Amino acid sequence: MEIFVSQIMTGLSIASILMLVALGLAIIYGVTGVINLAHGEFVMLGAYAAWFLQTQFGLSLLVSLVPIFILVALFGWLIEALVIRHLYERPLDTILATWGIGVMAQQAVRLIAGGELRYVEMPPALATSVTIFGASESAYRLFILFLALALFALTWCIYRYTHFGLKLRAIAQNRSIASSFGINSGRIYRFTFAYGAGIAGLAGALVSPLKSVSPEMGTTYVVDAFMVVVLGGVQSLMGTLASSGILGELTGYIAFYSNDTIAKALVLLAIVVLIRFRPQGLFAGRVRT
Amino acid sequence: MKNHRRSFLKGTAALGTMSLVGFPHIWSKNYSLARAADGEIKVGVLFSLTGTTAIIEESLNKATILAIEEINAAGGINGMQIVPVIEDPASDPATFAEKARKLVLSDKCVSVFGSYTSASRKAVLPVFEKQNNLYWYPTLYEGRECSKNVIYTGAVPNQQQDDFVPWLVEKFGKRWYLIGSNYIYPKEENNYCKKLLAELGAEVVAEEYVPLGHSEFSSVINKLKSEKPNVIFSTVVGDSVVALHRQYHAAGLDPQTMPMASLTTSENEVAAMGGAAAAGHFTSAPYFMVWDSPENHKFVDAYKKRWGADKVTHFVSEPSYFQVYLFKQAVAKLAESDIDPNTIREAVKGEGLVAPQGKIKVEPENLHTWLWPKIGQCKADGQFEILKQSADWLEPSPYKAYPNQLCTATGLQES
Repeated sequence: MEIFVSQIMTGLSIASILMLVALGLAIIYGVTGVINLAHGEFVMLGAYAAWFLQTQFGLSLLVSLVPIFILVALFGWLIEALVIRHLYERPLDTILATWGIGVMAQQAVRLIAGGELRYVEMPPALATSVTIFGASESAYRLFILFLALALFALTWCIYRYTHFGLKLRAIAQNRSIASSFGINSGRIYRFTFAYGAGIAGLAGALVSPLKSVSPEMGTTYVVDAFMVVVLGGVQSLMGTLASSGILGELTGYIAFYSNDTIAKALVLLAIVVLIRFRPQGLFAGRVRT
Repeated sequence: MKNHRRSFLKGTAALGTMSLVGFPHIWSKNYSLARAADGEIKVGVLFSLTGTTAIIEESLNKATILAIEEINAAGGINGMQIVPVIEDPASDPATFAEKARKLVLSDKCVSVFGSYTSASRKAVLPVFEKQNNLYWYPTLYEGRECSKNVIYTGAVPNQQQDDFVPWLVEKFGKRWYLIGSNYIYPKEENNYCKKLLAELGAEVVAEEYVPLGHSEFSSVINKLKSEKPNVIFSTVVGDSVVALHRQYHAAGLDPQTMPMASLTTSENEVAAMGGAAAAGHFTSAPYFMVWDSPENHKFVDAYKKRWGADKVTHFVSEPSYFQVYLFKQAVAKLAESDIDPNTIREAVKGEGLVAPQGKIKVEPENLHTWLWPKIGQCKADGQFEILKQSADWLEPSPYKAYPNQLCTATGLQES
């Protein structure tokens, strides 16, 4: 029982981190159709922002979450306004452009903050472990899990129940018809991009106490995030939630009974096989194109 | 006729150029071998300043430069100055080989100091063996290499484990969990560790490898919780070390009952993970920054003065520093016209000096180094407390896990 519970919790914990990272990517790709290869660097910038606020101003991680969201969202806003805006009609070029932005962000951080590995101190209140059904679990990992679910719920509500979300869905279905009804699609795109970037920044800040912070850290996250989005199906927020849950539990389970190297390989293999037979992903809704 | 003469001239000119460029050894014996000239001794410094391993290799570059500057400031070697040629191989093995070729062939360096990873050493090895030059490698590594073109000043498995493993078994117990990154170094170290454990009657409950750069250790920690080993023997490297320690700490595991015993966690890694996450765990190495000796105080002070008071020295930067002094001692025995990689290698055999870690010497048979293994426990301030030093300096045996193989001055002997 104890092992069973802790096994499920481990899977959920991996899943929550996957979802945090993938959520921003899914929103940006689902709405604007931009494959954002700089997404990992948004995560990295969030982690560095957490490190910077903590070492320079002594801010605890919990206090700095809101400023980090705003900072990275602002960065996303600028990138959209300066670069991406001009490339919406040229999807291949956006891949190259976002990749270039990612490389530049990495090197800029290396020049400014140095190449050393950094870490962020865990909030002291969460640096304990909690017992659930006999299995002990790190309080901080539970905190990430709850925050990830809360962020997902928030995003879902915006998407589903607000005026902004309605416009967003209209644009996602057909940009030109939505525009002809008077929706300013350029503005919506920019908000979406900024929001996605901000969420990625939060993800980076939240994982920074558990993992190391380095200029290259984004590279691994962007691969994981793409796996989640591909498996879940683009334009489906529920798909993102479900597929990160599946991937997290699957990875945790295989890694426990075998090891992490095998887990990584098998999970990738499973995804390759799956998209061979279901290219639209598991949970893609029907979309008119 | 004119045409003929012209093409004839062209032809001979081309032939002449070719023989000058293509067959220089016709004109002077050993011309291709790099040597010292004009009162200068050129050496290569080949550590990555960019890319993934730049974090640690930068400190090796700094230690090397510090030693060269000190030697030059004290009058050089027999009045000759050491001139370092610094290249940045960008953490990429192919670039390592390319830069090594440049240092040896076009800069004519008589020796090159370089490399942190085994992958980069393996990449440059053919260059040094083919050109018969000399490579000075400061990193602890997995052993099982026997080249007359490399001087190894870091520890091999027997020098890190012979004291460490029995000590841990006695102090903590016989159930061991081996975890490493998935490449050759951890596998060879674990191979040797399993031999020692078998002799001690200890049990390996799991042997596991995670992908390089892996950062999600929740499944591993779950296994640790269910297996409850006495010792976690870790050869995880790079940023994975940081993630493993921080997640171990966050999960509330206790180093007093289930300590991690590492061969790769130095002051450098501890600085990157924070003292709180590292405190209580053990590392075996020939050098720790807190080692109390006049030579080490001098090294640490000079390093901080040159590169910044917040910098740390560690068990790879110390060999990077003393191996330049070994080079100096070897070259000092040679006449100026005699300085080339071959004579330097012969001169350094058996050469010794008092390094920051203690008195060391180069073993003439296998060109590895006699070192002083120590066991350190990490404290919350990011430094180690040295609990034990070996009674005597320890012989390097790069093939100790393979009893039918022996590295000698004439090459690898198989029986």
